[in-house]
Amino acid sequence: MKRFELLEHTADTGLIAYGHNLAEAFANAAYGLFSIMAELDGVREVESQMVAVSAEDTESLLFNWLNELIYVFELERRLLKRFDIIEFDERWLKAECWGEKYNSSRHQLKSGVKSATYHMLKIDKDQVRVIFDV
Amino acid sequence: MSPWSGPLQKVDDYRWRIPRSYKSGMRVDGLVFAGEEMITVIKEEQSLEQVANVAFLPGIVNYSLAMPDIHWGYGFPIGGVAAMRLSDGVVSPGGVGFDINCGVRLLRTSLTEAEVRPQIKELVEALYRNVPSGLGSEGKIRLRRGEIDEVLVKGSRWAVEKGYGRHDDLGTTEEEGEMMDAEPEHVSRRAKERGIPQLGTLGSGNHFLEVAVIDQIQDSVIARGMGISQTGQIMLLVHCGSRGLGHQVADDYIGVMVNAMKKYNIDLPDRQLACAPIDSAEGKNYLAAMRCAANYAWANRQCITHWVRESFCQVLKKTEEEAGLELIYDVCHNIAKIEEHEVDGKRVGLCVHRKGATRAFPVGHPDVPSKYAGIGQPVLIPGDMGRYSYVLVGTEQAMKESFGSTCHGAGRVKSRAAAKRELRGENVLRELESRGITVRTGSLKGLAEEASQAYKDVESVVGVAHNAGISRIVARTKPIGVIKG
Repeated sequence: MKRFELLEHTADTGLIAYGHNLAEAFANAAYGLFSIMAELDGVREVESQMVAVSAEDTESLLFNWLNELIYVFELERRLLKRFDIIEFDERWLKAECWGEKYNSSRHQLKSGVKSATYHMLKIDKDQVRVIFDV
Repeated sequence: MSPWSGPLQKVDDYRWRIPRSYKSGMRVDGLVFAGEEMITVIKEEQSLEQVANVAFLPGIVNYSLAMPDIHWGYGFPIGGVAAMRLSDGVVSPGGVGFDINCGVRLLRTSLTEAEVRPQIKELVEALYRNVPSGLGSEGKIRLRRGEIDEVLVKGSRWAVEKGYGRHDDLGTTEEEGEMMDAEPEHVSRRAKERGIPQLGTLGSGNHFLEVAVIDQIQDSVIARGMGISQTGQIMLLVHCGSRGLGHQVADDYIGVMVNAMKKYNIDLPDRQLACAPIDSAEGKNYLAAMRCAANYAWANRQCITHWVRESFCQVLKKTEEEAGLELIYDVCHNIAKIEEHEVDGKRVGLCVHRKGATRAFPVGHPDVPSKYAGIGQPVLIPGDMGRYSYVLVGTEQAMKESFGSTCHGAGRVKSRAAAKRELRGENVLRELESRGITVRTGSLKGLAEEASQAYKDVESVVGVAHNAGISRIVARTKPIGVIKG
């Protein structure tokens, strides 16, 4: 099963992420986000951290989840590639996120992502769509 | 995605109207500044729908405006201008964007291309070395504990007090590089955490440093007023914004506004337009935080300016005085500001959102620096890295029609993905070099995304702004050296 597909948007980049259920689509959206930011092949799953977000509804949950990960990347300089969703409902998500610290000698960064946006953001049964400001 | 098929009425050769009857809920018409050919391209995407959506915002007056570099954004179009009454209007973080006070500054020099070109490689190398750039880059400035709040309040002045640049740089910076009523207590801890290590960095994406040469002077009197005296004169351009701090402020407050909309009973066609009344706690707090981010961006460009001057003087073995390195002006193009404008014959207080649009105040406006009182506010329009950039001035017509605003750049026509698919960074680099442009970049892929082919020709964009009268062309520059993050 395809995890995500990139969407073209004139100034920006977006994606549609798929899953067997919504939680998996959220995990794949996160994977898609990091694959926009960096070449993930060389990233090892050697350390993990817990990320938890809450929101008023599922749209905001996706917005908050992806922006939380952008924050983690920027502040802790950690590239993440595996997202084990531990708890999930429309307004709450907790995940164990695996990856490693960015190392310029081994990792290749691709595009900077400023933020996820609400523009065209869409939640379906088992897929999500989001546009990033890059 | 199919082309936009809404109603568009031609007003004249440079103006198009979207009537408010298009969608129930539009409070004003849309007005787009564009030429005939341009509008055909614009209609291929959904930016005009965004112009119509912005017209839903409570308190909007006159028009939902789009500048000629309009392209598809999120919520607001890029190139969008909208002004809301202070009395009953809203402020929308989406109408400013994530990169709060992304902007441009232009420095003049007294040197000519003949003097600089022989050393352009060393100069570009020195600029690349001295100005931290690229994705995830961190700066060399170390703030003491709590000092970030001073940066957020003082903006450029903080930088000048620390020895980055000169006091007279402040006079030729929009808002003097220091927006009043900036309140750091409304900026989240997270935003500050992101901002602290990134102060004094260029960033990535479309941000750049450029060594340029004046290649045309359209209005020599006004040009002389800015210290631009001849073709062949070397200029330096800096384009960057508020980095992660601004992005986080935008994120934080879009979240706040999404929740506030229910409270204030505001219903909009796109959640990215989320807003709150200007005089509500949410609105005031956002503006207080946004001004902090704007000040951060000015401090950032001020620090970078200092290293640009140092690099230039080192490589060309000149003192700053000999090099004539003066700041012509610094404009911001993502901002919301409280300004007074004439609406229906009366002076009214408005919150003017400029999302990818530049302030363009005319001769005699009190906010134009005294140095330029007789010529109007300089407007700096960077093009793509292979063609031109422009210097313009603000006009009376802009005050009448566009809340003293004009375009901000070339405007994309090709998505980043399409640009990367069709163009290889190595080839883009080679092509630029073959045209006499020395390039230094941390990312060849990023270079492909920013290739000339991905942008509208800035000449046509500026031409519309000039012909419509919302700003006036003064001079044109072309790049000879480019640093991209």
